Amino acid sequence: MEFIAYLEKIMKNKILLSFAIFFLIFCFILLFKSLNNSNIYVPESISEKPLTNFNSQDLFSNKKISSDQIFIDSEFYILNIWASWCLPCRTEHHYLMEFSKNPSIKLIGLNYKDKPNSAKSFIGKFGNPYSINIVDLNGTISIKLGAYGVPETFLINNERKIIKKIVGPLNKELVKEINLIIK
Amino acid sequence: MKIKIFFLILIAMLSFKCLFANEQNNKILKNKILKNIRCLICQGQSVYDSQSDFAMSMKLVVDQKITEGLSENQIYDYLKIQYGEWISYDPEFNKKTYILWGMPILLFLVGGVLVLRKLIVIK
Repeated sequence: MEFIAYLEKIMKNKILLSFAIFFLIFCFILLFKSLNNSNIYVPESISEKPLTNFNSQDLFSNKKISSDQIFIDSEFYILNIWASWCLPCRTEHHYLMEFSKNPSIKLIGLNYKDKPNSAKSFIGKFGNPYSINIVDLNGTISIKLGAYGVPETFLINNERKIIKKIVGPLNKELVKEINLIIK
Repeated sequence: MKIKIFFLILIAMLSFKCLFANEQNNKILKNKILKNIRCLICQGQSVYDSQSDFAMSMKLVVDQKITEGLSENQIYDYLKIQYGEWISYDPEFNKKTYILWGMPILLFLVGGVLVLRKLIVIK
């Protein structure tokens, strides 16, 4: 009898132990998965919000440029906020290069809180998808546009309305979505 | 003589201070607004508390808007257009938030009824 009681005790412990291990593994997987999730909550934005006007200067020529001079001659515009210090910007860069081949899109780069020299060397290293690159030294233009940070992409139509806002880097699905909208 | 000079300096210092009064008011207003704006990329922090890039730029923009002469509510409205209502720590009353606003009143009334009934039974 004593032996059976002892056995029962061990069995109970084992169940407890395996349960504990299972629980730990579960927690680990849950936390590990959520490491890669974005924790930025983006509320449903009002669709087709008009773009705010802004004044800035060109990254390469240092000429003053206003939004009225930029948004004039294309069907669609992609405004991409980027910085040379931003790592996800590098992963999305080749999607932007693809977009730059499309004649119905004009790509505008907004260089966010960056040193001009590092921005220029970034463009030199990875290629220049942008037809215009403007500078946002203190980040105020991005705030006025309603941006969260880098990288961020706005799809704007010829009526100067923001059709789509993408917080974070572009990926395959998002590129497909943008292509669908453009068609 | 020394006392006279001391008082002269004191008066000079105090009279300079009134020059900054407007600036001081703006600063108080700015801090008040910043405390009521959510830092959207931080967790559980206001823009006032945060040192993130987003918050630093937001502080500059709020500063600009105050010097442009916008009132407190106008600044909130401006930011709500850009970022949605989530930016403000003070939720508006609409069909999405009626439970949030109505629940405390409802609970208060139900509690009041319970207390009243107890009192009546005791009497």
